[in-house]
Amino acid sequence: MTKLTTLSKAIEVHVHDGDTIYAAGFTHLIPYAAGHEIIRQKRKDLILARATPDLIYDQMVAAGCAQKLIFSYIGNPGVGSLRIIRSEIESGHIEIEEYSHFSMISRLQAGASGLPFIPMNQTAAEDLEHANPQYKRIKDPYTGQEVVVVPALNPDVAIVHVQRADQNGNSQIWGILGEQKEAAFAADRVIITAEEIVDEDIIRSDPNRTLIPGFIVDAVCQVPYAAHPSYTQGYYDRDNAFYLEWDKISETKEGINNYLDEWVYGLPDRQAYWQKLGTEMHKRLKVKDRFSAPVNYGAY
Amino acid sequence: MEYSSSELMTVNAARLLRDGDTVFVGVGLPNLACNLARHTHAPNLLMIYEAGVIGARPERLPLSIGDPTLVSGATAVCSMYDIFTLYLQRGNVDVGFLGGAQIDQFGNINATVIGDYQHPKVRLPGSGGSMEMAAWANRCYIITPHQTRRFPKKVDFRTSAGFLASRAERVSKGVRGGGPQAVVTDLGLMEPDENGELILTSLHPGISVDQARKNTGWELKVSPRCNVTEPPTASELQILRDELDPTGIYIKDGK
Repeated sequence: MTKLTTLSKAIEVHVHDGDTIYAAGFTHLIPYAAGHEIIRQKRKDLILARATPDLIYDQMVAAGCAQKLIFSYIGNPGVGSLRIIRSEIESGHIEIEEYSHFSMISRLQAGASGLPFIPMNQTAAEDLEHANPQYKRIKDPYTGQEVVVVPALNPDVAIVHVQRADQNGNSQIWGILGEQKEAAFAADRVIITAEEIVDEDIIRSDPNRTLIPGFIVDAVCQVPYAAHPSYTQGYYDRDNAFYLEWDKISETKEGINNYLDEWVYGLPDRQAYWQKLGTEMHKRLKVKDRFSAPVNYGAY
Repeated sequence: MEYSSSELMTVNAARLLRDGDTVFVGVGLPNLACNLARHTHAPNLLMIYEAGVIGARPERLPLSIGDPTLVSGATAVCSMYDIFTLYLQRGNVDVGFLGGAQIDQFGNINATVIGDYQHPKVRLPGSGGSMEMAAWANRCYIITPHQTRRFPKKVDFRTSAGFLASRAERVSKGVRGGGPQAVVTDLGLMEPDENGELILTSLHPGISVDQARKNTGWELKVSPRCNVTEPPTASELQILRDELDPTGIYIKDGK
């Protein structure tokens, strides 16, 4: 049964005010198009979970979509601060729940595995354990040593961008794998955006590359270039210049509002966004091919 | 030969790496230091990135921790959960590079907040992968400019553990890694003494003990064996400038 739909329909049906959202992707495949659609549809009071909130959550917080952030690194990668999130925290306007990368990812791993919590070795850096009461310690019943535990994270919705998927939602990713698989299995509902929708035969030609099986997916949307200014390995490069530019844009309320008006509210969808970026930018983000050697699965 | 502070720090950090080390790499100077070491005395350095890339051979300068150039030509890619468990927690990482806004007398690092956690004066990005790296890598190195505000006696928040209040305290926590082994600054090197306190062990050419003391927030002790570092060689600088960072994004002194 096809799960193909438009991104605006998928957000309308699956993302509700107050939901906990996990838009996955560590630097790679960040689902910007879905984030922009959530802003356009004016969702409120969301709990935004992501190891690295990145610019997309900075923009969603600026647009008033969020009541709380769950995270492990709130920087603009390679640039500096996420100015909006930083100032909301400094002024006490947003609730936060903070982890290290490993404990954040461990929460998803527990959620994805159907476990109530997951243990980790101690790190001797205890200030965050004290600051966030979700961190607990228990005794390892085998050795008597203390381990640190964090509870499962089961978001209402996971949003994952992928290179290719079939209409049933079987999704293949290559390049940096981040926490996409864990987010999808941990969530109640899964929205996939894909650079390409391909025949099931293509997926079946290379089953080892399937990270997310279709049966846990609720909606599949064909959204080329959905990750810009993040990137899709083999499809287009990361727009590092925009990450620098956002640092300037987000210096003032006016700059932020102008950006949202021009690039989010003022556009109907990602196709219009990509057109608006222009051919010079398309050329700049183009990548040269570098194919893997084919593997032989054998005909049995 | 003239060189920038960033070049000086990168070259000195590279020299701390050993051939065959498995290194958990960050972007910026640590990435340059690792690639420089690989081009000079440590051709068998294995570079691991927290994004889940093993054996990276970046063909261009990576500008983010998840740059696609890290993946193309790498030996393996895995999930973040795998990188933190199979590689780091399991004890497969020799060296980690750390950074932060504040580093204290015992090598504890603050990358979280200046001021109170609940009501921060300045909110910083937070741990990322550093909490576990500082605990579980066999050796940790820190590269940072030498300024009093970066080296307070005590950090406002311990994002990652150095030696806590003493080497014995870290040992009592039972974490597997050896803790910080050296802090490379633009003035020289600090290394932990037998108690885990960072003391001055090297000065860069032309730098005085007094300069180092003035820029450190605690009463900086000087090792009786304190020496002067070898200046960056022409070949080290040429690799950095021509091959690794040709547009000078990290090696020109911006700040």
